[in-house]
Amino acid sequence: MRSHVPALGSIVAVAGVLVALPFLLSSYNVSLAAQVGIYFVAVLGLNILTGYSGQISIGHGAFMAIGGYTTAIMSRDHHTNLVVTMLMAFAICFVLGLIVGLPALRFSGAYLALVTFALAVSVPELPLQWSTFLGGTGGVQSTTTVSDRWIYGAAWTASAILFLLAWLILRGRAGRAFRAVRDSEIAATASGIELSVYKTLAFGISAAYAGVAGALFVMATNGFAQPTEFSVILSLQLLIGAAVAGLGSLWGILAGAAFVGLLPKVSTSVPLTGTDHGRDVVFGLMVVLVMLVLPEGFAGLLARLKALVRA
Amino acid sequence: MEAVTSPLDLLRARGIGFGSAIVVYVLLTAAALTLLVGCLASARFASLTVQGVAVGAAYGGLALALVLIYRATHVINYAQGELAMLTTYVAYQLVQWGLSYWEAFFATLAIAFLLGTALQVAIIRPVQHRSVIATVIVTVGLFILIDGIVNWIWGADIKVLQSPFGTASWDVGGVEIQHLYVGMLGVVFASVVVVWALFRFTKVGLGMRAAALRPAAASLVGVRVEWMLALGWGFAAVLGAVAGLMYEPSQLLLTPTLMQQALVFAFAAAVLGGLDSPGGAVVGGLAIGVFVELLGGYLPQVISLNVPFAFAVLLAILLVKPSGLFGRREVSRV
Repeated sequence: MRSHVPALGSIVAVAGVLVALPFLLSSYNVSLAAQVGIYFVAVLGLNILTGYSGQISIGHGAFMAIGGYTTAIMSRDHHTNLVVTMLMAFAICFVLGLIVGLPALRFSGAYLALVTFALAVSVPELPLQWSTFLGGTGGVQSTTTVSDRWIYGAAWTASAILFLLAWLILRGRAGRAFRAVRDSEIAATASGIELSVYKTLAFGISAAYAGVAGALFVMATNGFAQPTEFSVILSLQLLIGAAVAGLGSLWGILAGAAFVGLLPKVSTSVPLTGTDHGRDVVFGLMVVLVMLVLPEGFAGLLARLKALVRA
Repeated sequence: MEAVTSPLDLLRARGIGFGSAIVVYVLLTAAALTLLVGCLASARFASLTVQGVAVGAAYGGLALALVLIYRATHVINYAQGELAMLTTYVAYQLVQWGLSYWEAFFATLAIAFLLGTALQVAIIRPVQHRSVIATVIVTVGLFILIDGIVNWIWGADIKVLQSPFGTASWDVGGVEIQHLYVGMLGVVFASVVVVWALFRFTKVGLGMRAAALRPAAASLVGVRVEWMLALGWGFAAVLGAVAGLMYEPSQLLLTPTLMQQALVFAFAAAVLGGLDSPGGAVVGGLAIGVFVELLGGYLPQVISLNVPFAFAVLLAILLVKPSGLFGRREVSRV
């Protein structure tokens, strides 16, 4: 019988630190911690798709864009409450994720990578074509803006709820089906798992998570949704976050989110090379090094440590 | 293994059915004929097509580099375009130091070869047998790293590397054909033929093919598999360098984002042709180059939907043939 005590204990400890943080940090650092929360949601969603159902996506920045634009446009046109727009972003991206998941059924591996990559490249181009509704290059400004502490609270509350939801989904029938599909599609089919249902469901859930992250992302940039914010680089960052966290486990996600959320910001102040270039050099180098040292990410490291403690 | 006798059997052995192969070749011939008729009918169509073929050759070169690495390592090297951009900057620097264009060209190819080989040994080899996703992420990290390094050394402002073919053009029956485009096509095709011959006719090439297809069996008969994979990365970097150097004059300027759009199209070209098919990569590159130029020339009002449109067509083709036009269907043992 497996003991839940260490897992529960660490969750309570992390939650306690997160509740205390806004009272201890400066406003700027609270906004950084909120960024980590936003990436937490997105990386968690991508991990459900790539880590548990085995389908790679280099296109989740596109779902973040759709979620973000949902928030900005609803706020601009209807002055909708921002929390309601987050729920809408969740719902819209869930449906769109299911729809994208359908053609994705035909592809796997590098081919699926290209299809989702196409999504990441294409979606930020759409506002340029339909500029009256989607705001063109100038972007969409929502009418309500919120403080850093508000975003921090919203981001980590969403993280907590969605983490619980992910845990519930993954420990039950759907989670077992996802893992079976990942490990062997043929064996899963032979055991009576409907491939198309579970593969599209994984796409829908992870897209919905990305949608919520996108909504928060737009709120954090003063309620401003802009095509350049959702470039291919964002999609790549999410994949980096998921790999650094460790695929197929929920216990490294905090580390993965902190890695992509904090490192580019912190390394801007590295004295070596100056501003933006220094950031890219340090971030790129760290990505390569972390993957060389921890090919299974932080979750792999935790698992190894746990085995050490047992032995 | 049964004996393979006719070309048809060869196709079957590659997992391509007779009917399906015929359809692909008929469609490609029809497309080529349409282009030919269009070129004869309209000078504008002809000049767009020539431009598309030249730019498409550069996409094809980069796509071939992706395919070489995919066959050997089973990952897409997302840093391939940035590597090509970096080597183009190296050529720029050599010209600044006083070398002539062609001296710098060949010196750059040598540097690219060493760089590709060194990268495989230093950062790909340690992860490639442990985790596919980790290998992919390493190439993504390399993408960001190279971008940062180039911005750091050369800055983000525009540089110009003079085209070796000048700005003159020929007049062929009323159609203006720039020397540049003919030169691009010629140089890319020459390097593709050299790489093909190397793989097809030399002992090292045989070793590289063996190492990519059956690593265990190859090492049993004495092939140094790890070194062959490193050489493969070297040759891929050379092809990328050629593609970058030839693509640069068509864009008229050199910036750190030079190859990002090209990588998108090269990726699309490699998948369109079939990720394990070198010939398919070149055909795919040409097809995408021509398609994008014609689309931009005739439908300028959708210019911002250029990339989405190209991808929509690609997706439609992939839905019918999920492993590309010439790709082998993946068969897995349970």
